[in-house]
Amino acid sequence: MRIPLKTTLLLATLLLLLLALPAGAQEPVSDDEVNEVAKELYCPVCENTPLDVCPTQACQDWRAVIRTQLAEGRSAAEIKDYFALQYGDRVLAEPPARGFNLLVWVLPVGAVIVGGFFFVTFMRRLQQRTQVTPEQIATAPATSPNGQTLTQDDYVSRVEQELRDQSKS
Amino acid sequence: MLADIGFITILLALIAAVYAAVAASYGAHRGDQRWVTSARNATIAIFPLTVLACGLIIVLLLQNDFSVEYVWRVTSRETPIYLKISALWGGQAGSLLFWNMILAAFTAAAMLRKWDDQRDLMPYALIIASITQIFFLLLTVFVENPFARLDIIPPEGNGLNPLLRHPGMIIHPPMLYLGFTGFTIPYVFAMAALISGRLDDAWIRTTRRWTLAAWLFLSLGLILGGRWAYDVLGWGGYWAWDPVENASFLPWLAGTAFLHSVMIQEKRNMFKMWNMILIILTYLLVVWGTFIVRSGVISSVHSFAQSAIGPLFFGFLAIMLVFSIAWLLYRRDQLSSPNHLQSVFSREGAFLANNFVIMGILFATFLGTNYPILSELVTGEKITVGPPYYDRVNGPLFAVLLLLMGVAPLMMWYKTSLQRIGRAILWPAIAATLFVVLLFVLGIDSAGALLGVWIVTFSAILTLLEFWKGTRARMRGRGEMPWTAFGRLIGRNRRRYGGYWIHMGVLVMAFGVVGSTFFQQETQLRMETGDVVSLGDYTMTFEGVTRYPGPDDLIITEANVAVYDNGEYIRNLQPRTELYTRSGQPMTIPKARSTIAEDFYVLLVNWEETSESVATLRLYLNPLINWVWAGGVIFIIGTLIAAWPDPQDVRVSKAVRAQRHSNISPAGAVGD
Amino acid sequence: MSELDQTLPPLQTDKPAAPAEPAAPPAKKGIRWTHVAIWALAIGFLGLLGWGLVNVNAPRPEAGQAAPDFEMAFFDGYDWEGRSVANLTDLEGKVVVLNFWASWCVECRLEADLLEQASRQYGDEVVFLGVAYVDAEPNSLEYLAEYGITYPNAPDLRSAISDKYEITGVPETFFIGKDGTIAQVVIGPVNEATLHGQIGNLLSQ
Repeated sequence: MRIPLKTTLLLATLLLLLLALPAGAQEPVSDDEVNEVAKELYCPVCENTPLDVCPTQACQDWRAVIRTQLAEGRSAAEIKDYFALQYGDRVLAEPPARGFNLLVWVLPVGAVIVGGFFFVTFMRRLQQRTQVTPEQIATAPATSPNGQTLTQDDYVSRVEQELRDQSKS
Repeated sequence: MLADIGFITILLALIAAVYAAVAASYGAHRGDQRWVTSARNATIAIFPLTVLACGLIIVLLLQNDFSVEYVWRVTSRETPIYLKISALWGGQAGSLLFWNMILAAFTAAAMLRKWDDQRDLMPYALIIASITQIFFLLLTVFVENPFARLDIIPPEGNGLNPLLRHPGMIIHPPMLYLGFTGFTIPYVFAMAALISGRLDDAWIRTTRRWTLAAWLFLSLGLILGGRWAYDVLGWGGYWAWDPVENASFLPWLAGTAFLHSVMIQEKRNMFKMWNMILIILTYLLVVWGTFIVRSGVISSVHSFAQSAIGPLFFGFLAIMLVFSIAWLLYRRDQLSSPNHLQSVFSREGAFLANNFVIMGILFATFLGTNYPILSELVTGEKITVGPPYYDRVNGPLFAVLLLLMGVAPLMMWYKTSLQRIGRAILWPAIAATLFVVLLFVLGIDSAGALLGVWIVTFSAILTLLEFWKGTRARMRGRGEMPWTAFGRLIGRNRRRYGGYWIHMGVLVMAFGVVGSTFFQQETQLRMETGDVVSLGDYTMTFEGVTRYPGPDDLIITEANVAVYDNGEYIRNLQPRTELYTRSGQPMTIPKARSTIAEDFYVLLVNWEETSESVATLRLYLNPLINWVWAGGVIFIIGTLIAAWPDPQDVRVSKAVRAQRHSNISPAGAVGD
Repeated sequence: MSELDQTLPPLQTDKPAAPAEPAAPPAKKGIRWTHVAIWALAIGFLGLLGWGLVNVNAPRPEAGQAAPDFEMAFFDGYDWEGRSVANLTDLEGKVVVLNFWASWCVECRLEADLLEQASRQYGDEVVFLGVAYVDAEPNSLEYLAEYGITYPNAPDLRSAISDKYEITGVPETFFIGKDGTIAQVVIGPVNEATLHGQIGNLLSQ
């Protein structure tokens, strides 16, 4: 069957339009997508308020900026860089890991490792070579380092020691 | 007139505190008990004076006396009565006065107790307590005077900060203040022991009890703060690692470490130095925290208005830091412990590990909170250290702590065989693994969450087993019925089983934290009347927005939504925004449908002025969030159980007192 | 109780007065490095907090002080003498009116027309500079177009300029003389009398 020329032209135009559409039109950016980026940013003027929950007009404007940029195809990282450039690093939830601020990334982990090393060494040092039994501790005579006669303090300590050992639980 | 009386009252309190410090010093120097007693009476007298001052402020607030600047600042004519009363701690000056009163209450209570076994500590305790009171009273009298007058009397007040106009918010500051000031007393005793050289166990027993009380209040304050943030502030969460939140969390951490390591000192007479350090650290963290909150050095949502207070707090912190370190180092040799650790695998070892992990969390949190100052000093740029840092660093540390919580009760003092532990943990570990595998099969694949659940289940089983083993032993040994055995078990060993109860509370909370952190879902969208949105198993229909005026200068915008769970209608919720037109500050109040499994939580984010049928709504699905609050309740109950006096303590004090009374000559009689 | 009596010597009461002497002093009086480290940490920490306190309470640049130098990267179409970037020092010899504003700032709109008119009135001798504080660029440009602003405007990148001038909010205006000294700081919208009076004053110097 022969297709009339007008119809062909119409179909061709429609086809071209359909092909052109994806390049031009885009799905509107959802609030959730905006919030996903805004969640990782802080409001530049409020104190310590994340950008996705801040209710002020200024914050709404900034979320609109995020929306526009997302619509332009920018990634979350690019948007965060943009905000940092505009308003300073304090709008980021964490300082960028470069320069001096590497410290905030390295120090806690380092401290736990170094601390752990010291802790293990400390525990080892505390452990005695010879076994000290509970009975030995209970019956040890209560003499002070200088050989002083017992005073009230030592008396109390001994009473406590006795009671402690009587009710070992 | 009343304001003048009020000012004179606090001025008298300050004078009394100064007198107490001087008299106690003189009495200590001369060995004259009369001066010390006089100082003690002066200290006790500060309490009724501060109560009177607080009472007068409340009267002024209720009378709408706007000639007094503080009254103008925090109330207005339409403020309801209960809020006018709570406005006592609604602003900087009032909250400082309130703090003074609570501090005076604790100090007076400490001074009124029986001192016979610790007479030589009293003068120094008085001096330290007085110094703290002098500082805070100085602030109230000279810098932030709540009785200060305005030259022109305004016709109407400013009104209370909208954020503070909610019932949940009313109880939060008092609880925190009780916790903070409560930690002063253990510090006072510790420093008195250091200065007097009386470094036996007496100060530890006293400090432990006061620390537990302060720790109870601080825990309550923290939990309530989280609940209020969730219920009222409307951001779907309960803890943001904000600097001011951290300021109240850090003393709590140090206190927790102390409450554990003190048990080693009591049982094995070890780690005196470390316990001393922990108590001092707790107190200094309280002072540092107050400095941070009120000076504006670190930016936070909680910031108070700045004034001369910052430098004064800094000076006080500096003095107390230097003073504490100096005495600690001076007495260092006397604090060395005679005992040694027999084995790492012992209860001592477990407590030490507990302290190590808690110190790790403390250091990480402290570093994160102070870091912005350091960074600005070095780079010139302001930065923020937010939740990602804390989650990354503290998360694993908390996990280890929870694991320790389950395993430690299995350890014996001195030494435990690995075999014994291995046998005890075998089937709980298997049970936890099975549970986690089940969850995995049901579709939960987040590694962090699964690990968290494993640890929580494992430790919870072990902790519950402790209760079971003890109850069963009583049932078999004494033939008691189950509930009697259970009740007596806890009653006779309050500290131990109260402690396990607290652990259960923590584990329940941890379960809730894992659920609500790893599996929170949210969505936000613009809706028109009749629109439906779904989140998880829930669907929600938007039914419209209404606006109406409220009391004061309030305008309420309220959305009406219908909530369906799995298609079944549950009920309607009305999340709203409250706008106080004078201050221009909007508050977003969420509404939620709560079940054991989760919260379906709705916020009104935006609306259009001219329409009643359009709104932007935000929905959260918070799984297991109510386990956090339930765990909190369990936690507090456990603390109350643990705080009851231990029979063993009573026996020791009685024994000592009995011996002393029979051996002391009349000349040196110990009276009260 | 009686067992304790038998095993322990009789009690001696202590004088509660003087603090007890420490145990026998260490034989070797070397420097205890742990002590040094502890003190160093403590002093260091206090120093950090002290600096933070000073920084937070830092006084703003006041009248009579030299105006802090800064760099401006102008908005497109709002440059100064064809240059897209300029420093404050480049404007030495001219009177400078430095105005901080933001598109979300309601009070800034009260002075916008006034500033624009004044900028056209005076010749090259007086330079009006606008700095958009913590603002989103599309909104800033919209604001400038709305009021028909023609004088140079720049975004306050990284809030560097507002940090240096320690502004407490917007709008704030700094009048800077030919020698680079601040003559006056106005917090809030500028009124006509102040604007013309101060410019006249600075021009005659």
